[in-house]
Formats: sequence, structure tokens, C-alpha cells
Amino acid sequence: MSPPLELDYIGLSPPAAAAAAAGADDDLKGTELRLGLPGSGSPERRVAAATATTLDLLPAKGAKRGFSDEAPPPSPVAAAGKGKKVAEEADNDKKVAATPQPAAKAQVVGWPPIRSYRKNTMATTQLKGSKEDAEAKQGQGFLYVKVSMDGAPYLRKIDLKTYKNYKDLSTALEKMFNGFSTGKDGLSEYRKDGEYVLTYEDKDGDWMLVGDVPWEMFADSCRRLRIMKGSDAIGLAPRAADKSKNRN
Amino acid sequence: MTYFPEEVVEHIFSFLPSHSDRNTVSLVCKVWYEVERLSRRAVFVGNCYAVRPERVVLRFPNVKALTVKGKPHFADFNLVPPDWGGYAGPWIEAAARSCVGLEELRMKRMVVSDENLELLARSFPRFKVLVLISCEGFSTDGLAAIASHCKLLRELDLQENDVEDRGPRWLSFFPDSCTSLVSLNFACIKGEVNSGALERLVARSPNLRSLRLNRSVSVDTLSKILVRTPNLEDLGTGNLTDEFQAESYARLTSALEKCKMLRSLSGFWDASPICVPYIYPLCHQLTGLNLSYTPTLDYSDLTKMVSRCVKLQRLWVLDCISDKGLQMVASSCKDLQELRVFPSDFNVAGASAVTEEGLVAISSGCPKLSSLLYFCHQMTNEALITVAKNCPNFIRFRLCILEPKKPDAMTGQPLDEGFGAIVRECKGLRRLSISGLLTDRVFMYIGKYAKYLEMLSIAFAGDTDKGMMDVMNGCKNLRKLEIRDSPFGDVALLGNVAKYETMRSLWMSSCNVTLKGCQMVGGIRHAWDQGNSGWLVLLSLLL
Repeated sequence: MSPPLELDYIGLSPPAAAAAAAGADDDLKGTELRLGLPGSGSPERRVAAATATTLDLLPAKGAKRGFSDEAPPPSPVAAAGKGKKVAEEADNDKKVAATPQPAAKAQVVGWPPIRSYRKNTMATTQLKGSKEDAEAKQGQGFLYVKVSMDGAPYLRKIDLKTYKNYKDLSTALEKMFNGFSTGKDGLSEYRKDGEYVLTYEDKDGDWMLVGDVPWEMFADSCRRLRIMKGSDAIGLAPRAADKSKNRN
Repeated sequence: MTYFPEEVVEHIFSFLPSHSDRNTVSLVCKVWYEVERLSRRAVFVGNCYAVRPERVVLRFPNVKALTVKGKPHFADFNLVPPDWGGYAGPWIEAAARSCVGLEELRMKRMVVSDENLELLARSFPRFKVLVLISCEGFSTDGLAAIASHCKLLRELDLQENDVEDRGPRWLSFFPDSCTSLVSLNFACIKGEVNSGALERLVARSPNLRSLRLNRSVSVDTLSKILVRTPNLEDLGTGNLTDEFQAESYARLTSALEKCKMLRSLSGFWDASPICVPYIYPLCHQLTGLNLSYTPTLDYSDLTKMVSRCVKLQRLWVLDCISDKGLQMVASSCKDLQELRVFPSDFNVAGASAVTEEGLVAISSGCPKLSSLLYFCHQMTNEALITVAKNCPNFIRFRLCILEPKKPDAMTGQPLDEGFGAIVRECKGLRRLSISGLLTDRVFMYIGKYAKYLEMLSIAFAGDTDKGMMDVMNGCKNLRKLEIRDSPFGDVALLGNVAKYETMRSLWMSSCNVTLKGCQMVGGIRHAWDQGNSGWLVLLSLLL
């Protein structure tokens, strides 16, 4: 890397360069509005000697600019921390053969062209939205999903990101809907036996039993929740296990 | 005409609408130059380095309204180092020495310090209007100075500035005698404000027409304020996420319903979806709506609100609205003129809920559309061609496909034909931003058809110097050209040097220009070595 170059207002410090610049300037001296040659009282301005630190060419790793570190398609377990990527990987499998994305692509200075003010404001909003630290999720800090219960006259909406695990979710739903009895560890008690069963519609549009997959994976693929009568839920459990296998 | 008395000439000049017209007449003869300069009330400096502040204030001693723009547009995206320049100080100091009649100051992308604001507040006894857009370097202490010393203050409009928060007291510095406020916008202030002081200030400002609060202001405070401002035309809400209490929101709705003049709404921040229906009564009268800072509202919340806004002309929204949502907008908002769709996720490799389909839907439902900013992850030539046919009235067309060099999502082809259709059909196009996979061909189209284009933004596009040269040679009205990460070099840079005399600025970063090439262009403002990424040149030329 060449040493940083100090540059003055109109041209360049090396005399040869200044002479060349001055020559070109002669044509313009005749115009009324001058270009402000050095020493003519033009505004003080320190020219930044460009270094990697000044221009921040290599942004710090992490969520600072909202770019994710590009990584090869993660295994389902590792994907738990990668947010929406999991579902997108699955989608990509169905469409075109996934093109490998070089890591450099994601880290481009000043791209996408969004004002810093907007980035900072949205980051603040997202921080407020998620109760945990923001580093895990690259996307939105909230996830509102509709919750319906068979037989109830109206639906509710909850923010999945405010819950850390199935137990919290189950407790919250219990408060919202009466007649929803709890078991020791939450939802696994309900299959086929309990009065009601908690199911969800995932990103593919399939109805699944809640509780089979790790919490993060569930939270990222859940589109809506439905509290079903237990008798209607027979046959869901095997599909959930198969689906997890397909994702690996 | 030289036989007319100067007063008559001055009166004739007062009918000239634009700065450029006044600049032109001042070139005719010395008499006209003198008459024009002494009677000039508004001066616009598009590039603060094009001319020294002293020259401006000496030439126009009676100026009342001064507008100065500092850093180039790409500074918004962190492409310009922090201490590059654009300092407000020299301008305020020069005006303080020579133009004490100054009443209005508008600055964009400049570095303004608290000392500058203090000097401003103390130097101009008739000061009325301060507008700061995307500026930085000052704190709430500077605002306190403005509040306490500008006795006739009408407008304090702070748009998207980076302001250091030094506490809520600044708002209390407006004296009790200050009753002249028409416009107050402090949405970008990060900290708390004293709600009592705010309520009292609003109560004694009967002329208030525009009020934009920051997110610290509660629903209850907002309701109390709105009761005092039945003539309000533009409102930026505070936060709408208080613990949901129906009474607070019912009060808000009844206060809002009294604001019959309210046309424009913004703010919302992390509004809870539950709050949104309380705004519904207002929707039918809105012409402007900005929901672009509100990621907490999903497609159904957004569409339920926007579909009620049948008079909407300007909509800023996040891409959570989705293509389906944009279809609803297209069927409800027939008067739509300006649409901005921002990404909710800045991840370049991600996906968004808006695609080319949403854009096509809008174009077919909203024929008055003239201004567009659209962030998406995919686009097709077919869609762009359709959009161009549907909406020939575009004045501003900015499309940002988040992934650089992404081809047509259907055909895999470059997007040359699509953008070509835009410039061909939209004969009045003044501003264009292009993205996706683009070859020299698109520049050939732009040079050939975009006769009124004034500003062009290019990123990751083109193949050879010919691309840039076609633009430079063809676009007669080009004033601002900004290029990044494109293979244009010295040949293009030097291919039409005379052109720069008609332009305000040129930006090239991470292109193929060399130091020597920059030297050969007269009037370089600033060039520096970006390490391995190539040369960066900024030319600032005549007013």
C-alpha cells in the first residue's frame, strides 16, 4: 500500500503536479468567479489523507451496516442463529441452483445507497423491538403473527420475538385464551391427548405441530398460529420430523 | 432598455422566477449587473466550493434568503471522509459581516457547529427561517441559542440531521414572547423534550402549520398539542407505542378529527399495529404519508391504512408493503404522484416483498406518477418497458436493485432495454438512478433520449469509456453526474472537458481515472487516493 498522499485544495503537493494544474487554470482565470487557488483566502479545509481507517473501506464485521457476513449454506442447527436465511436456503433449493455468493459482495462501502440517518434510525427501532441483543437477527426486530383459536370469535396478534422459548409462548397464549391448560414443559403434552393443540403455518404454507424444532427455527419460519382441537391434529407429527430431515 | 430608470429595470427583474434567469440578465451589461445584484433577495449556492462566501455577500448585500449545499450527494452513503469539508462557518461569518438583513438560511449536507449557530442567532435581528438538512456537527445547545435569540423565528426545520443530544432544555429557551412559529420540525432530535415546555410553546403559536415531533413525545402530549392546533397542515407524530390504553388513543382520535386542514402525516416510528386504526378517521384527507421509518407495521396494517387514503399524492413506505400491498395502493390512490419504497432489510443478498410486479401495478393504477424511488431485489426489462408506457410523466426515476449487477430476473439479460424505454418515453425526465446489470448500451440510450436530464447516478454499470462519453456528449442539460464502481477512465473524463463548465459537479469513485487524468482537467476541487480502489475526483464548477 503506497503511503497516504496529502493533497491540497486545488491540486497536489508535488511541484510538478502544481505546475500542470496551474497551466490548466489560466484559461479559467478570465472568468469572474474564481476557483479559489491556494492562499487566496478560500475556506480552510483539511484534506483527508486517505487511509483505510479514514474511508472505512473495510467496514467492521457485524451488523453495523446491516450486511450479513456471507457464509456457505448453514446446517439447520447452525442456521438457528442466521434468521431468515434458513427458509430462503430451502426456497432456493426449489428454484435455481444456488449460485455461490462471494463474501466480498456483501461488504461494499456505501451500498445499498441508504442515508446513514435512515440506517441509524431503523437500527434504533429494531433494537427497541427485540428484547435480546440485536446481533443475532439481521432482519426486523419484531415478528407479529396472528393467533386463532378454534371456536373463539376473534383472533389475536403476538410478537414472537418477545418470547425466548416455547414455555414463554405457551404461558402468554394461555393468558390470552381461556380454557388452554398447561402441562409441565409446555406444549409437548398436548399431542392427541389434550383438549387443544398448538399448530403453526410455516413459510411454505404447511401446518405443523409446535414444539418439534428448535425455538429459533420455529420463530423464523412461523407465519401464523392456530390453536386446534386435539382431534383435528392427528397426523401432523410425522410430517414435522420429515420436513426437518429434508432441510439438512 | 438601457434608457429605463433603474427602478423600472429592477421591477421587471422581480418577475424573473428562477436564479438562472437572474444570473443570465446580470451578464447583459454593467448596469443590469448592478441593478440585479442589489435587488437580489434569494441566492442559491449549489456547491459551497464553487465560489467564496465573501464574493457572494459582497455581490448581493441585500440578500434575504441564502441557500448553500455542501457535500456531494454520495456523502449520504459514507463515501466521503468525515473531515472533507462543507463547513457552514465561513458562510455564516461572511454574512454576519456584510448582510445583516439576512432572514432565511437553508443548508444541506454541511458541517455546522454550535458556535456557528450562536453567531447566526446573534447576528441577524430579523432572522426568520432556519432549515438544516442532513447536516452535522451541532448539538441541542446550538438550537437553544437559536431559540433564545431569534425573536422573529418562523421556521425551525431540522431534517435528518445528526444532532448531539445535550438534554431537553433547548426547547425551553423559546421565550414567552415568541409567538411567531409557523413550522417546527425536531423529528431528528434523539433525546427527550420537556413536554410541558412543548405544550406551552404550541399554545402560544397560533400560526403553527407544520409540526414534526420526535419519538420521545407521548400520545397524551400529542393529544394535548393537537387540541391547540386546529389549523395544522403537516404532522409528524411522536411515538405510538405507549402501553396500549384505549382512552389515550380515543383522545388522540378526537383531537385528530378536529384538524380539518391536516394533509400530511409522518413519524410513527415503532408504532404498534394496534394504534393504527385510531388514525383511520384522518386518512381520507391526507395527501402525504410517510411510513418509511416504521418497520413494525406489516403488509396488512399498511394496506388497511393506505387504501383509505384516497387523495394521497405522496407515499413513502417500507417494502413490507409487498407487491400485493402496492396493488391495493394502485387501486385506491389514483392521485399518487410520488412513491418511495425503502428496504426494511439492508442485506444485499436477501429478499424483499416488493418486486417488479409491484412497480408495474403502481404504474398501471397511478398514471400521474412522476417521482419514484424504488428499492427491490429484482427487476425485468419487460416490467420497465410497461412502466415507461404507463407513466410517461416521470420527472424523477430512481431504481435501486440491491444486488449490484443483477440481470433481468426473467431473461438473465442486462437491463439496458428497460431503462432505455424509460428515457425514451419519459421525455421530461430530470433525474435518473440506474442499477442492475447494465452495459454501454444503456448509456447510448440515455445520451440519445434523455435531453432534459439534469442528474444521473450510476453504480456498477457500463463496459467502456464510450458509455460515459455518450452521456457527456448527449445530455445537454446534465448538471450533476455521480459514478461509482464503473469502468470509466481518463478517456471519458477528458473526452468533453468543456462540458464541465455547464455542470455543477462530477463524482467518480472506484473508477479507472488516474491522477494524471485528473490533473489535466482544470478546476479540480478535490482529489485523493483511495488506496487500492482508484481515484476519486470531485469537480465543482460555476454557480
